[in-house]
Amino acid sequence: MRAFEYTSPKTVSAAADLLAEKGDQARVLAGGTDLIVQVREGKRHLERIVDIKDIPEANVLTCDAQAGLHLGSAVPCYKIYGDKAIASAYPALADSTHIIGGTAIQGRAAVGGNLCNASPAADTIPALIVLEGICVIAGTNGTREVPVEQFCTGPGTTVLENGEFLESLKIPAPKSHSSSFYLRFIPRNEMDIAVVGAGASVVLDDAKESIVSARIALAAVAPTPLFAEEASALLAGRSASDESAIEEAAEAAKAIARPISDMRGSAEQRVHLVGVLTKRALNGAIQRVKES
Amino acid sequence: MPDKVHVKTVINGEAVEFLCEPRDSLLEVLRDNLMLTGAKEGCNNGNCGACSVILDGRLVNSCIVLGAEIEGKEVETVEGLAEHNKLHPIQDAFLENAALQCGVCTPGFLMAAKALLNENPNPTEHDVRFWLAGNLCRCTGYDKIVRAVLDAAETMSTEVNV
Repeated sequence: MRAFEYTSPKTVSAAADLLAEKGDQARVLAGGTDLIVQVREGKRHLERIVDIKDIPEANVLTCDAQAGLHLGSAVPCYKIYGDKAIASAYPALADSTHIIGGTAIQGRAAVGGNLCNASPAADTIPALIVLEGICVIAGTNGTREVPVEQFCTGPGTTVLENGEFLESLKIPAPKSHSSSFYLRFIPRNEMDIAVVGAGASVVLDDAKESIVSARIALAAVAPTPLFAEEASALLAGRSASDESAIEEAAEAAKAIARPISDMRGSAEQRVHLVGVLTKRALNGAIQRVKES
Repeated sequence: MPDKVHVKTVINGEAVEFLCEPRDSLLEVLRDNLMLTGAKEGCNNGNCGACSVILDGRLVNSCIVLGAEIEGKEVETVEGLAEHNKLHPIQDAFLENAALQCGVCTPGFLMAAKALLNENPNPTEHDVRFWLAGNLCRCTGYDKIVRAVLDAAETMSTEVNV
C-alpha cells in the first residue's frame, strides 16, 4: 500500500480543516471496508486519511419517537439491526444493514460510508431514500443538509465539496401505520453485491386498507441509486390489496431503470428484476404494517 | 514518508505498544511486528476471513483495519484462545470433528466462532452458517466446521450450567 498520513481528529471542525488542506488527496475513514481496499489496490492515491471515529457527532445514535433517528456517519451496520427499537421503527434499514458483507464486515462498515462510497449497488441507499433520510454535511463553513436521493452524483461521486464530509444522517420518526422493506437479488444466499436492489416504504390509512403514500427506491440500475418518484406517487389513494396498483407502480419503476449489462447480470434481466423486486418490496412493507 | 505511529493497545489481555507505518494493516502489525502469526493473509481485501480477529468484542477482518486505528482498543487473536496447555472448547470441537484440513482458514473460523458464541450461546445451524458466511474454507465443505461450532456451543453451555 502507498504511504499516507493517518489523522484522527476529535472535532468536526478539525476534520474539515484536515480534509480541506489536502483536497482530493484526503479521504475520510469510517469502517474502512471499502476505503482501505481501494487504497491497497491503487484505485485511490491519498496523502492523508482522516479517521472520524473519535468525533462524537459521527458516532451519535439516538432514536426518538418525535425526533426520529439520528445516525452518526461512522456508526457500523451491526448497531442498526442489533438495536430492537431502531430495527422495528426502520425495518428497511435493518434489512439492508444485515445483508452487507458478512459478520466481520458488518462489525466495521458504516451506513454513512456505504452512502459516501456511492456505489450504484449500495444496499443501504435505497433504504435511506424510502425512509426520507437527510444527510448532514459538515464543512469548514458549517453544516448543510441534503436529501439522500440527491447525495450521489455518479458511481463513486457525491455532492461533497472540498473540506466537506458526511457528519450524520437524520431520518424522520415513522408515521402511524407505516413500514418499510428492502431486498435485493443475488445468485447466492449471502456475501454478494446486488444485481438489483429495491426498497419501499408505505403509509396506510387507519383501517390499514388503503395507501396514503409510498416511496420506492432502486439500486444497481443506474449510475446512482434512484428514487422512483412517479412510481411512488401513483400509489397514493389506492387500495393496499389492489395488485393492479402494485403492478402499475412496478411498471413505472421499470420505466426509470437504465441499467448496464455486466458480469452480474444483463440490462434486460435487471429491468425485469426491478418489476419483481418492486412488487415484493411494496407487498413486504404493506404486510409489515398489517402485522404491526 | 509520513511519521511512524506509536500505538498502545491490549492484545489477548496484555498491554502492548508498537510503532507502525500509518499504512500498515492490523494484520501486518500482528504478523510482522508482534510475531502473532495465527491470523492469516488470504485475500487481503475482506472477503475470505482468514485474518479474522476480535476488536473490542466485534469480529473484524484485520486486513482491512489499520494498525494505527487500534490505539486504546482491545484485540483478541487465536493465540489467546487456549489457556496455558488447555485448549479452548471450540478448538477441542474442531479437533474432535476433524473440522480442518489444510488449516489456513482455521484461526479465522475459531475467532469467528468465538465471537458468535459470545453473542449467541445457543445458535441454530442456520445461525452458524450465516454468521460464518464471511469465512471461506476451500477444503472441508463446511459441514464439519458447522458441526464443530454446534458441538462447542453445547459443551460450553453445559460447562456454564455445572
